[in-house]
Amino acid sequence: MLQVGLAHFLVVSAILFSLGIYGIITRKNAVMVLMGLELILNAANINFVAFSKYGNLGINGQIVALFVIILAAAEAAIALAIVLNVYKTFANVNVDEINNLKD
Amino acid sequence: MTESLFTILSIIILFLPLLGFAVVLLLGKRLPKLYLFEIAVISITFLLSVIVMYFKLAYSIDRDIIASFNWITIGAAPLSGVLNIELGIKIDNVTVIMLFVVNLISMLVHIFSIEYMRGDIRYNRYFAYLGLFTFSMLGIVVTHNLLMMYIYWELVGLSSYLLIGHWFEKKSAADAAKKAFIVNRIGDIGMFIGILILFTQYKTFTFDKIFYQISQGNIPFNSEAWLTATGILIFMGAVGKSAQFPLHVWLPDAMEGPTPVSALIHAATMVAAGVFLVTRVFVMLTADAMLVIAVVGAFTSLVAATIALTQNDIKKVLAYSTVSQLGYMIMSLGVGAYVFAFFHLVTHAFFKACLFLGSGSVIHAMHHEQDIRNMGGLRKKLPLTYATFLMSTIAISGIPLTSGFLSKDGILAGTLAFGKLTGHWLIPIIGFTVAAMTAFYMFRLVILTFHGKPRDHHKYDHAHESSWVMVAPLVVLAALSIFIWYTPNPLSPDAGWFMSSWVKTPVTVVPENTRFEFMQSAVQGGESHGEIVHSPLYTETMHWAHYPAMIMSIVLAGFGILLAFTLYQWKKINADKIADRIKPLYNFSLNKWYLDEAYDATAISGTISLAKILSWFDNKIVDGAVNGSAWLGRFVSKISGLFDTYVIDGFVNFTAFFSGFIGFALRKIHTGKVQTYLVFVVFAVIILLLFFKPF
Repeated sequence: MLQVGLAHFLVVSAILFSLGIYGIITRKNAVMVLMGLELILNAANINFVAFSKYGNLGINGQIVALFVIILAAAEAAIALAIVLNVYKTFANVNVDEINNLKD
Repeated sequence: MTESLFTILSIIILFLPLLGFAVVLLLGKRLPKLYLFEIAVISITFLLSVIVMYFKLAYSIDRDIIASFNWITIGAAPLSGVLNIELGIKIDNVTVIMLFVVNLISMLVHIFSIEYMRGDIRYNRYFAYLGLFTFSMLGIVVTHNLLMMYIYWELVGLSSYLLIGHWFEKKSAADAAKKAFIVNRIGDIGMFIGILILFTQYKTFTFDKIFYQISQGNIPFNSEAWLTATGILIFMGAVGKSAQFPLHVWLPDAMEGPTPVSALIHAATMVAAGVFLVTRVFVMLTADAMLVIAVVGAFTSLVAATIALTQNDIKKVLAYSTVSQLGYMIMSLGVGAYVFAFFHLVTHAFFKACLFLGSGSVIHAMHHEQDIRNMGGLRKKLPLTYATFLMSTIAISGIPLTSGFLSKDGILAGTLAFGKLTGHWLIPIIGFTVAAMTAFYMFRLVILTFHGKPRDHHKYDHAHESSWVMVAPLVVLAALSIFIWYTPNPLSPDAGWFMSSWVKTPVTVVPENTRFEFMQSAVQGGESHGEIVHSPLYTETMHWAHYPAMIMSIVLAGFGILLAFTLYQWKKINADKIADRIKPLYNFSLNKWYLDEAYDATAISGTISLAKILSWFDNKIVDGAVNGSAWLGRFVSKISGLFDTYVIDGFVNFTAFFSGFIGFALRKIHTGKVQTYLVFVVFAVIILLLFFKPF
């Protein structure tokens, strides 16, 4: 029976991180970019928790993970509010088309 | 009269004319009558000088009054020790007599000028300058040191320049002023060098201290040759100021100034300053220096007398006569006849001032006609001028019963004695020749001007005797040409108070072996009064020379006068025919020995060609160098410009182009999209991780 260890958690976290990056890079929709961002945050959370369990760090990792979840929730709220305003202004939320500051 | 009172009075006499000068010069434009102040000042000065002279000669005839103070204390200077520069005055018999002479003539000239200069556009300024001159001349007379002497010496030069150039609108007057100034400068250079030699050796300018040092055997650079040279160098100042050959050329030209100025400055006083200077340094002259002085004086008197024979301008004749008489005085000092030289200075000052003022009166009456060929017969129109002029002419010709006879006879006796004692017979021969010539040309002047028939009737008819303001000074001066003021015996000046007690030959201080033999018995020491200067042999010779000299001078003067009357009054011989027969000699004299031409050809054209050479050098070499360096500068800057255009600009442009090119290439990756940048970040992180291999 394969014993689940630290490496497995890290692999899952890495996959999740890569998926997040991929999402951020490839999607044009700002909401999808935000979702990729959430994936990255959660990949970090998994790492915190895994090291908390295997890394002899006690409860600290889990506490930080909790903070990250709170921070992610707050960030999502603000970001979605911005997106909503962007949408009101430009009538779309595609990040490559909102380039008024370039001029 | 105490010494301090003497001193104070002398200083007042000295500075009053300066006050007059300053006041009249500064306020003269506002107050047209201010010249009266100047005349008042000069009259007060004259009265004071009479008082000083009287008390000095009456009560302290053997005691000199010296007052001095330290002007500058330089302290211990390197190589020379403690240096003090003294200023001060010395009042001796010579000084008080000079004070009297200068102030009297100055006052008379002031009075004469009131009428003569009336209507002049710079009337007040003229009087101011007369005051400045009087101040400067008095300074020369009273000073007790060479430094002050030099300062006042230059001041009289300046006032002479200002007064000759009084009518500076006339080019000839402006030129004459310049000439006088420049020619005097040449002599003054020598005097200056002489003064500096003395100062270098003795660290003092004071006459008495220098003479004391010399009498102690301390002579410049321990060499008798240097002592001789110093004497001759100082004498050079006198050569310039007293118009001795070869620097006499300025004096005849100086007649461009107003005639009273000629009388005061260029006949009576300033030109006598040179003679006065030589009397001051007489005691430090070696035998060689005295011989040089005697020869210069004799030659000058001969040159000037020969020129005066043929001149036709009334003032020119008098000017050359002045040069000739100054030569006499200088010659007299050179042969050791100190007293007679000074005596002649005084008598000459009076009768020559009278002659010049008389000529001024004639010129005034003839409405500025100066050519004696256009005069004649003026005796009837100007009786008083004629009488005084004749009196002075008799005096200058050396006829008995006049002052001129006394002093001239003394000088001739001195030269004769000198000739007998030293064998230099040429000097007395020249002296007697000049005496005959003087009588001739002076009577020629009188006859052509006053006798005969008028040659210019128009001017003659308008001529009239001048007012008493102009005649009175003439009368005073003519009266002073009579013997009685100087001696009771009209044939022998020795009996007079002037010769016997007022003026004595000072004791020479130069080392024994550099004196003339006849001066060697002198007693050593700095005190000069009451001691025997000349050897008994000299006194004997002077007595021997007295009557021969007197008889010869009377005979020669009589011959000159007779010749003048024969030629010009009775017309027994035609003067023009004689002139034609000796044409070259006549022209030589008429053209003043061609000396002005000679100076034109040598000194002046030499200076001009030097200037031309320098101008060529400036134009070709200096300007060439400047232009060459400018060309070089342009050439270098052209190269540098090309370098800038192609290399520096090329580099700068290339940099810009290169940056542009890079920018052009790199702008492709700047999409402005966050995702693109994120891709770069991710790849960069991956590359970094691979590169550093943390695992």
